[in-house]
Amino acid sequence: MANQKLVQIPSDTLLTERDADKLPILRALHLGIDFGGLTAVDDFNISVGRTEICGLIGPNGAGKTTVFNLLTKVYQPTRGTILLDSIDTHGMNTVQASQLGIARTFQNIRLFNNLTVEDNIKIGLHNQMKYSMLGGILRLPNYWIEEKEAHDKALELLDIFGMANMADVKAGSLPYGAQRRLEIVRALATKPKLLLLDEPAAGMNPAETAELMEHIRDIRDKFQIAIMLIEHDMSLVMNVCEAIAVLNYGKIIAKGTPQEIQSNPQVIEAYLGKKKEG
Amino acid sequence: MLTFLNHLINGISLGSVYAIIALGYTMVYGIAKMLNFAHGDVIMVGAYVCFFAVSSFGLPPVVGVLLAMLVCTVLGMTIERLAYKPLRQAPSLAVLITAIGVSYFLQNGAQLLWGSNQKMFPAFLSGEGLSLFKGQINVSSATIVTIIACIIIMLVLTFFTNKTKMGKAMRACSEDKGAAQLMGINVNTTISMTFAIGSALAAIAGVLLCSAYPILMPTTGSMPGIKAFTAAVFGGIGSIPGAMLGGILLGIIEIFAKAYISTQVSDAVVFAVLIIVLLVKPSGLLGKQIHEKV
Amino acid sequence: MKKILKNQATRTNFITYGGVILAFILLQGLSAAGALSSSLKGQLVPICAYVVMALSLNLTVGVLGELSLGHAGFMSIGAFSGAVAAAAMTDSIASSPIRLAVAMIIGAAIAGVSGALIGIPVLRLKGDYLAIVTLAFGEIIKSIINNLYIGIDVNGLHASFLNNTITFGDGGRMILSGPMGIPGIQKISSFTGGFLLIMITLIIIFNLVDSRAGRAIMALRDNRIAAESVGIPVTKYKMMAFVTSAALAGAAGALFSLGQNTIIASKFDFNTSILILVFVVLGGQGRMWGSIVAAAALTILPEMLREFADYRMLIYAIVLIVVMLFTNSAGAKQFTAKIKGMFVRDIEGGEQNG
Repeated sequence: MANQKLVQIPSDTLLTERDADKLPILRALHLGIDFGGLTAVDDFNISVGRTEICGLIGPNGAGKTTVFNLLTKVYQPTRGTILLDSIDTHGMNTVQASQLGIARTFQNIRLFNNLTVEDNIKIGLHNQMKYSMLGGILRLPNYWIEEKEAHDKALELLDIFGMANMADVKAGSLPYGAQRRLEIVRALATKPKLLLLDEPAAGMNPAETAELMEHIRDIRDKFQIAIMLIEHDMSLVMNVCEAIAVLNYGKIIAKGTPQEIQSNPQVIEAYLGKKKEG
Repeated sequence: MLTFLNHLINGISLGSVYAIIALGYTMVYGIAKMLNFAHGDVIMVGAYVCFFAVSSFGLPPVVGVLLAMLVCTVLGMTIERLAYKPLRQAPSLAVLITAIGVSYFLQNGAQLLWGSNQKMFPAFLSGEGLSLFKGQINVSSATIVTIIACIIIMLVLTFFTNKTKMGKAMRACSEDKGAAQLMGINVNTTISMTFAIGSALAAIAGVLLCSAYPILMPTTGSMPGIKAFTAAVFGGIGSIPGAMLGGILLGIIEIFAKAYISTQVSDAVVFAVLIIVLLVKPSGLLGKQIHEKV
Repeated sequence: MKKILKNQATRTNFITYGGVILAFILLQGLSAAGALSSSLKGQLVPICAYVVMALSLNLTVGVLGELSLGHAGFMSIGAFSGAVAAAAMTDSIASSPIRLAVAMIIGAAIAGVSGALIGIPVLRLKGDYLAIVTLAFGEIIKSIINNLYIGIDVNGLHASFLNNTITFGDGGRMILSGPMGIPGIQKISSFTGGFLLIMITLIIIFNLVDSRAGRAIMALRDNRIAAESVGIPVTKYKMMAFVTSAALAGAAGALFSLGQNTIIASKFDFNTSILILVFVVLGGQGRMWGSIVAAAALTILPEMLREFADYRMLIYAIVLIVVMLFTNSAGAKQFTAKIKGMFVRDIEGGEQNG
């Protein structure tokens, strides 16, 4: 899979060959944001195919998480356009972006710590349930039907990571690795078309990381969604991603297949510094 | 026009008292991140101490004020040591409730010690007032003293927080206690100092308040305490210039509301203005806007 | 049924319902047997009202996670609108239980609408700023009702603000006279009414918490940014919790006022808001049975301390401080852990020695 050929599409952006005949799930055009006088992200262009696994890498402080915050509308961009599933997200907020099919995890884990694992997932399922507040208080038939469905769905989703037996545990008391996995499941519960993972392997040991890699591929295959991930673990990125974008000082300095990125002189320079002449 | 000026002067005077109380709130909030609801009652204690020193023991007013400051300083530090220090790591709501407990304690303690009946605070600031516009505006000496006291306190505090070692330690602690500790600042001493200063200011405020409104009883501090707290939030809680600005504006608004709208609803007007200000500037006039990092 | 009760939260809910029903039956029995002192009997309706106040505030503080310092304001709105409604309906509804029920519904509705109006600005703010604005609204409500005059005649209700300018037609009489409040209220509140209100409140809160909307509210409390990222609209659910809380407080207010001879606006001030907050914090945020126990115990406590007369509020203050220190300070936590450790060692036969 990592050997997908990249083909040029008319708009001058790159997509996985498999997704080339469909409109990309995400297009960012000349995206930029300033904080005060500081330009955090500038002229950021990317297209992500419908079932692409795309890596976003770069040195610390390059603006990777800021890009995620822009895509999920936590920040409003100063410049440029984001098209999610070909819909311009200009002026939308995080909730509306979520409803368009974007979901994410966070670098510093953000779970609903006082609620159970199952309830965390059910909150992810919130917008797929329809019964009203009154229906809930009066326990109308809809409540029972939809709650049953949500319960089954939550266990099914938890099963991806073999976590169904933890459904009644409080999220805050889970071990670190399980918290990271739960965040991914919660994001999946919103039925996203594009899943953003912010350093999913942070703090994991090599065995856990290897397992996570398998899971990321499985998720893409099972749900047929696009996944974009920020990661510092290069073995994970090179193994699992079909395309990689390299960010430095808020700008994309290269996009290509893992092989292309590994041999790109600009990328090497960004990571290792400039080679001294002579 | 002259009545307007008169109201303005009264407003600044009342606002000066609020500002001095608000300073105590805001300094403690800045450093300990707690709403010290007992602060208003420290004012009351200060006023009582001064009252007894001057009326019962016949001490000169200056000694009375100094004595009140001393008692309140000790009181403030004791409250901090006994009630708040053990709760440094506790949820903020627990600290809030403890502060309310301390407030009840002071009010009811004062009632037991000094009775619940009203006392007339001696008018020892009743020297020659200032007569302006051929006697059309009379500014009482209490008003003059209040405004001057407020200006002096503001200048001294600004100097203190910006130039002295302890002042810098306070600012460091309010930014980041952990980092301040690593830099060798004794956080506990610094917090204790903050309470001491805030309480000494409360004593002054108590005397000034009772000079203007001479009825003294165990609940005297409550409403001014709440108003001053409002003033601190109004100006941006945690900010010293904010407390000053908030206090004075609040005093002016209250006096104007009493004069031009209605005495009965003046409090409502004050609170309504607070709400409007917070809607426009969610962290007060001079407060820092804090963004949560994602 | 067994399967449902396996769930810990559900089990706690059923124990709470059971406890309230049991307490009601017990107190009714004692009351019928004449074993209750008249002062305690007189306290039953206010206790019910304060329990509902504590429960409803716990919805805001414990479930939604926002500090409100003006909850007495909603009680006040409910108390006055309920009392005015009951006074206006004296002739049209003869049955006093029905009149009480209608008055509580009206109190709840008006407090709920006020909650929505107040919620629009308030809920945009955060943390301590939100708290101070609720305090401000509580004081504003007090000021407004303190200056409100309402009377009734054959043509219906008349109202004026600041000054009493009401001129009556036939059979006119004042109901609410500004700072004098509402005198001569016909006491139609009953312990049974209070009990039913507590049960309804519990059902609403428990069922809300264990539903789609309740989970969304708690998600906002635990992590607003994460909640938004999965598509939970913040304002909608904050508002839902706040308005529900206000409406329940309104019903409690109506229950309270219709058990009093006279009510005045200054009764529902900042101190009352704080009193209710104390119930919630002592009982435990989000823990409904805790609120019930704390509200009931702390309403009775000052009565029990009556023999200490002057000292009782001082004792109350000390108890409050000591309890907070004991349950929250680091030192006390170590101490309780030590005691627990000793206890465990005893049971296990000193195996952990050394």
